[in-house]
This record gives sequence, C-alpha cells and structure tokens, in this order.
Amino acid sequence: MNDQAQNNIISTKNLSVSFPLGKTFFGPKLFVKAVSNITLDIPRGSFFGLVGESGSGKTTFGRALLKAAPVSNGHVEYHDEEVSYNLNDITKEELKDYRKRMQLIFQDPYAALSPRMTVRDILAEPIELMGLTSSREETDEKVREIAAKCRLNLEHLRRFPHAFSGGQRQRISIARALISNPKFIVADESVAALDVSIQADVLNLLKSMQKEMGLTYLFISHDLSVIAHICDQVAVMYLGQLVETAPTHELFAGPKHPYTKALLSAIPSLDPDDDSKAQRLEGEIPSPASPPPGCKFHTRCPFATDICKKDEPQLDYLSVTHTVACHHWKDLETSNT
Amino acid sequence: MMSEQLLNVKNLTLQFKTDEGLITAVDDVSFDLAPGEVMGLVGESGSGKSVTAKALMLLNPGNAVYSPESSISFTANGVTVEVFDLKSAKELMLVRGGAVSMIFQEPMASFAPAITIGVQMVEQLVLHKNISVKEAKEISIEMLNHVGISEAAKRFDQYAFELSGGMRQRAMIAMALSTKPKLLIADEPTTALDVTIQAQVLDLMSDLVKEFGMGIIFITHDLAVVAQTADKVAVMYLGKIVEQGPVREVIKNPKHPYTKGLINALPQLDDIDAPLEAIPGDIPSPLDRPVGCVFNTRCPEMISGRCDVDSPKRLSVGHDHSVSCFVAEEQSS
Repeated sequence: MNDQAQNNIISTKNLSVSFPLGKTFFGPKLFVKAVSNITLDIPRGSFFGLVGESGSGKTTFGRALLKAAPVSNGHVEYHDEEVSYNLNDITKEELKDYRKRMQLIFQDPYAALSPRMTVRDILAEPIELMGLTSSREETDEKVREIAAKCRLNLEHLRRFPHAFSGGQRQRISIARALISNPKFIVADESVAALDVSIQADVLNLLKSMQKEMGLTYLFISHDLSVIAHICDQVAVMYLGQLVETAPTHELFAGPKHPYTKALLSAIPSLDPDDDSKAQRLEGEIPSPASPPPGCKFHTRCPFATDICKKDEPQLDYLSVTHTVACHHWKDLETSNT
Repeated sequence: MMSEQLLNVKNLTLQFKTDEGLITAVDDVSFDLAPGEVMGLVGESGSGKSVTAKALMLLNPGNAVYSPESSISFTANGVTVEVFDLKSAKELMLVRGGAVSMIFQEPMASFAPAITIGVQMVEQLVLHKNISVKEAKEISIEMLNHVGISEAAKRFDQYAFELSGGMRQRAMIAMALSTKPKLLIADEPTTALDVTIQAQVLDLMSDLVKEFGMGIIFITHDLAVVAQTADKVAVMYLGKIVEQGPVREVIKNPKHPYTKGLINALPQLDDIDAPLEAIPGDIPSPLDRPVGCVFNTRCPEMISGRCDVDSPKRLSVGHDHSVSCFVAEEQSS
C-alpha cells in the first residue's frame, strides 16, 4: 500500500469542499458542496484528465489540490522524489515550498497575463518571488531558456501581452508556469478558448514539456475529444462527485456510466453522414446548492429506477484503475450485448 | 436558377481605415444561399467571418470602406433588394431585424441585463412587425415554448441572469426567430456552451430550419459542428474564402491545404492515438497581409516563386465545389 502510494504524486481521500452560502436568520448555515467525497490517485508522470460539464466541480477540485479552496473534509497528500506533504497539517514554510512544486495554467490567456508587464517581467516574476535566482543575469538566463522551450523568441520578451495572438499568449502562460521547474501542473481548460488549429499546437507543447521536464498534469476540460488524445487516465465528474475513472483507452472503448456515454455521444462527429442522436442528454446539470437525493445523475439519466432516487451508488471497482459509480452499470452491460 | 437564391453576395471587399493604414478584412468574397439552406462559415479568429456576416446588414463601424464592386442582394417573395442601395437607417431596417436576425456567441452579453427577456422580445417584435404589444407577448411566449423553454410564461418576466447558459441561448434563438426572418446569422452560437448543451442547441436549430425554412449562416471555428449542421461550407482565411462547396465534398475530399490542416487539427474519437497536427505558425496580422496567396506563410505545400508572388484564382473542382490554390490547380490540370 505504502509503496503504491509513493507512486502517486497526489492522493486524495474523501476530499470535500464546501462554500458557505450565507445563513438564514435563525436557521442553520447553508453550504454548497462543490466537491464531495473524492478519493483519487494521480500517478506520477501521468497526463490525468478530469472531465465534466460546467458546474461539476472540476475547477474547485483542482484548486483544492493547490490548497486554494476551503477543504471541509478529507485530505490531500503530495509525494515527489524529494518531499511528502499532507495538506491538512502543512506549515506555512512547507506550503511555500509546496507551491513552488505546483503551478496552475488558466483558461483565458487574455485575462491571465498582466497587460502592464512585458513578457520578460511576466516570466521572471515567479522565480523572483520564489527567490530561485540570485542575480538579474541568472533570472534573464532562465527566462531566455524557458522562452526558447515554449517557442518564444528574444524579440517577444520585450513586448506586452496585447501584441500576441491567443495561441502565443497561452504559450507565455505555459512558460510562466514552467519556469520555476514545478513537478505538478493543474491545466484548467487551457485550450478551451483557442481555435482548433492553435489548440493542437498548445496540446503538443504541453506533451513535449512533460517528457522534457518529467511533469505530471491534471488536465481539466469539458471536451472529451481533447482528453482522448492527450491524457492517459481520465476521471469523469458530475455535480461534485466522481462517476467514473479509467485509463483513457479503456474508457473510450467501453464507457460504463450513462453520463460518460452521454458525454461521448454529444461530441459532434466530423463525418456528415454520422447522425447518431442515440444518447442525447435531456435537461441541464442541477444546481449544486440543492443537489438531488440518491444518485446525483438520476434526474437526467434515461435508465434511472427507484433505487437511484434513494441511494447514492458506491464506487465499484472493475479493475484497480477502472471505477464506476452507478447502480445499474452491470445490467446495462448485459442488456447491450 | 439565380432567382431561387435568397442571398447573393458578389465580390464583397471591405477595408477598415485605421491610423496604421487600410486594413483589408474581407477580400473579394462571393457566395450565395438558398432558402432553407445552412451554410457554415469556418475559419480561425481573425479570418473575417464575423465581419463578413455583419457586412450583410452593413453593421460594421463607420471606418469601414466597401469597394464599389461589392454587391449584396436579398431576394424574397419575388422582390430583390440590393443592400448597398439602402441609405437611411429606416430603409436598412428592411434587412436589419427584418429579413435578417442574428444570434451571438455570448447570450449574456446580447440581452440587456436590467430589462426582462419578455420586454426585449416584445420591443423588437413591435418595431418590426406592426402589431400590438398584446399580440407580440403572445407570439413571444409561444416562441419561447417552441424552443423548449419550460414555463415560458414565467421565463418571459425573468432577467437574462436568471437563466442558465443553454436556456439563454434558447431564448436568444426564440427572440431571433420571432420576427420570422428569411436569414438567420448564427455567430459561434454554441462555442460558449458545454458539449451536452451544444448538442441540444444544434438539434434544436436543425429542427427549426426544417420548420421555418429560413437560410442560416453558421459561423464557427469547429469543422465538426459544421459537418453536423450545414449543407455547404465556406472556409475563410485572412478575409478570403479559400475553399467552398457542399459539406460532404469539402470534408471528405478537401482540396485546400488550409482545409486539410483544419481537419487534421481536430481531435477525433475514431482514432484516439493519431497525433494532433497543428497548422504551423499563427495567422498573420491583417496589417501585413502576405503577398500572393494569403496562406503561403503557413502552407506546407507552398511553391516558392508562385504562391508568394501571385494570388490564386477561384477554380472549380467539382459540382459547386471551388478552391483558390495553385497546388490544387496543378493537381487538377
């Protein structure tokens, strides 16, 4: 157990995050459970995909791993070759060190970069703040090195972000995240705002940097087709809970949870003759402030029965790496074949 | 044959006067659209898709200069109207909101935040249709119902922020269609939505085309969305249509290197191990448009001495399928 745990850069156990909603006058304090009871291992060196609709809690989960969201229950452990931290009882000094080891890449490259700083200053800021360099020359050296890796040239460093296209800006964001030599990157919808032609370029850059720097990614996206191409493992979230986790190939060859199947069939196909409307989802994701009882997905699930409305399904293990939380996945398997 | 067309765009060229000089945003664009036909307009950001669509209603800002050869004509009920002959704002209402409605990418930004959805729907109906407020309210609620909004009468009195993203886009569609336009311009209508909601909205739109028989110009950067919704497609790059034709033809048998690039860059589920091929480089700034073929700076098949000198002519490569490319020219001759 311990040996295996050491291979996971991040392990969460029953992780929950709640946000206060304000309180009624005499009544109890109200909470939104943005993330509830997530137990997940992210193996070192993996490109781990996290998928779900808006409002499913993907981003909050990512932020909780960085200790940037209020964890109400459960814990997060971090292990790399050098250190191990338990985020519940981390000291201030340790937290500083921890945050050097992880970085966040945001969705909107237009909002993530300060318009008043040159690219050189944007890239230099993290290492200066973290005290990773001792002189200006050393900082410049590091900035040039990471810029070259992210295909930005020296002339770019003197410019301001407004002079760049979306794809270039996202490359600047990536360079900024990678300059401190982190071990773990949370990439939150990092290609969602980009054109398809540029998207492929940024994905390829993330992948090549992974090989070069030995990174582990948590790649958050609502687009399963992007995840299919870049991730080696996938976790599917719905209303704050994990509904299915599996290695990418297994998930796409045989999705088990009705929600995963619906997500897959919603992706438009490039083949104009393919008009499968087999499993279109009705309705929208319910508000996390008043989640339905039982299985959270039952309000939209075409296979829901009485038990789904009452009992919350437990995670079932198909194998060590493939889990699914659904009362009926076995019946659905047999009825399909 | 020509009289069947709803919309005829010929040699549309549009430049913007700026402090840095004249910027060509749309360059010699020609296409037509029949009633009930859906045309996808595909290209990267900055390729001139939205400017082209706005030009159909002369909605571009005051520094826009249209070339004298440009022509945009609408034909409905046997009457043809040349948009450039319409002078006053009052005359232009024939197309703006009359024959043409538009829906946008960000429905939150298209509804006024402090006015209820109902008031906004009624306002535009009364303006364009010469009917009473009471009738307009009935039509609006029926339209909201029609696009699958539950409790339409209640939603009518709500504000845009009270609806979810998918609902807002549905309300937007209801509002756009309530005036029974001949042409609907949809500018990236599903880009901001989740895939599950996108699928719902796309289904809704194709049902509505069948029912109302209006033409749609569907602007998007996602070829897969076009494959699922459009009858024909025009691929734009730096203000030029580089390839156009029936959807099936263009996607299964692309001729222009840029179209091929867009197809290869799209992650597909049939083969998840296939590497994603990016189109190298970025779209050039419209301030320094490349000489010759606009795509030559990023084209993997560029013939130097030809593509970077001359501009390729439009070449027919099949029924209604045309391409502007020297490489395709050589292959077909």
